[in-house]
Amino acid sequence: MSKRTIDFELATSGAGLDPRGASSRIPLTAGADVAPEEPDFGGEHLLINLGPQHPATHGVLRLVVELDGETVVRVIPHVGYLHSGFEKLGEYRHYNQIIPLTDRTDYLSPMANNVGMAMAAEKLMGIAITPRCTVLRVIACEMSRIISHMVWLGTTSIDLGAFTPFLWAFQERERIYNLQEMWTGARLTTSVTRVGGLMADVPDGFVEGLRHFVDTYPNTLNEIDRVLTRNAVWVGRTQGLGVLTADEAINYSLSGPMLRASGVPWDMRKDRPYLDYETYEFEVPVGSHGDVYDRYLVRLEECHQSNRILRQALDRLPDGPINVDDPRLILPPKSRAMSDMEAMIFHFKQVMEGVKAPVGEAYVGIENPKGELGNYFVSDGTAKPVRWRIRPPSFINLAAISKMAEGHLLSDLIAINASVDIVMGEVDR
Amino acid sequence: MNPSVDALRATFGSAIGRAQEVRGDTIVTVEPSRLLEVMRWLRDTPGERHEYLVDVTAVEYRDRERPLEVVYFLRSLERRADLRVKLELDPRGELTVDSVTPLWAGANWLEREVYDMFGIVFAGHPDLRRILMWETYAEGYPLRKDFPLRGRFSRAEQVRQALNANPEAHYSIEELSIAEAYDELPAEMRERLRRGQRGNIPESE
Repeated sequence: MSKRTIDFELATSGAGLDPRGASSRIPLTAGADVAPEEPDFGGEHLLINLGPQHPATHGVLRLVVELDGETVVRVIPHVGYLHSGFEKLGEYRHYNQIIPLTDRTDYLSPMANNVGMAMAAEKLMGIAITPRCTVLRVIACEMSRIISHMVWLGTTSIDLGAFTPFLWAFQERERIYNLQEMWTGARLTTSVTRVGGLMADVPDGFVEGLRHFVDTYPNTLNEIDRVLTRNAVWVGRTQGLGVLTADEAINYSLSGPMLRASGVPWDMRKDRPYLDYETYEFEVPVGSHGDVYDRYLVRLEECHQSNRILRQALDRLPDGPINVDDPRLILPPKSRAMSDMEAMIFHFKQVMEGVKAPVGEAYVGIENPKGELGNYFVSDGTAKPVRWRIRPPSFINLAAISKMAEGHLLSDLIAINASVDIVMGEVDR
Repeated sequence: MNPSVDALRATFGSAIGRAQEVRGDTIVTVEPSRLLEVMRWLRDTPGERHEYLVDVTAVEYRDRERPLEVVYFLRSLERRADLRVKLELDPRGELTVDSVTPLWAGANWLEREVYDMFGIVFAGHPDLRRILMWETYAEGYPLRKDFPLRGRFSRAEQVRQALNANPEAHYSIEELSIAEAYDELPAEMRERLRRGQRGNIPESE
């Protein structure tokens, strides 16, 4: 029998009134003698399609979900809607021409991608970059980590119903974007590195601007911490969800905050130091439960630590050139290229022929906000790589979503999917 | 030279081919037929413990005489040591390799991507289907060197095929027990279904 009732007003007074004269609620099915029995849906599974156009899938991800009631039985992810063939394109481009492609993979942390790709090309060619360039690249990487984690925090809190942290997080991201724009002229497609150096030195006012950001940013983090970390709704919707043990996380090749939230203390910056990260003081937060809540805590703490690194990098930023002193690698200034014969030849050769890399291969993995971003170059001695492989951290992290989500509720699938921190430009490349 | 290489040679003998040190990384070539054995040994032996699979990919050289390579990046988290294992396949022969998914669940999508992009078949993979391209993609394997940058078909042909496609036919094998687009599927995928790899085949066949 249906238990639904409605407010019902009768035309004739008296009937349908309680003893005090107020109209009483009358069962909806009052007229029928026997209500039809509700069919039993037990055991029948429903297939629903989440995405590719769905705000909670963070891009063009399609999840086919098999449901038993509200419980997720199977999740079948479909990716590839944003496939652009970057790796194929890279085989047709000079090393410096590949850098703009890296902006468009993980477009939430473009500067860190630029750094990763340039480092792989430099390892292939055996180039040692200058001290100033090293520190500026650290600044680029840590700025990227902050904006990427801010976008993650904002979108995840929106997915779980908290609107305010989203606004705070995106405000902070906006401030970093302004600094990025100052430095590179672009907010998103930065292309800041070159093989052997940087596209440009930081402009006047950048260091002061970043220092102001570094001083004020922890306030926002503390506000977000205050509003979310002990919030009953946030805790209830994230704790105990999508748990992966340390062994499972390793078995699924997870990296970055996903791996560390499961209790594996692996951070490329500590364990495979590059860009002199071993000389900076910072901690690597490690979770213990491997659930969505721990991933949140790890990312929040990483923002604090990135801020610490940024402060140290600003303090030690040395003067000096940003590019290696090698005219075969670095374009001469335009004025010299137009007036000096030798500079013009180098300019011409670099633009028309590119920089030749020696035969061989090189892999460099760096700790990107999403995990270990690997760039693998294979060269046959020409100016274009034979193979350019990106090890995409969010692609590999996303592969574990079926394992994490099965057995949870559909609404929890949204939280679990958000906790992976995917960006489809990188998943599909 | 990396001590893992000597240990490998002592254990597997002639199955271990060339080993080289390139820019600080150790690269070992392994006989494809012994891959699973070698990988299990590398993962489980105390003192080796390469328990983390960083990446799986493939390389085809512009020089057609050179073999196609499948590359596995292994890492020991404890010892902070990396090892790169390579297989060499004759591009004119059968491109089949044993899947390492029984050892690492993370290899699932990585091997699917290599299959999708290079056409290398991973025997024993639980769900080997295309991942970045769609299931009915008919132009071949995009990262092979004989595949032109703009694809094999003209833009007009690509558009025509896209408009004529049945979106239902993009369902995966696993979803087919529920979606009924079996007849629209490519023959090769129907064949996989017939062999009983996942999902139920509709009775109408």
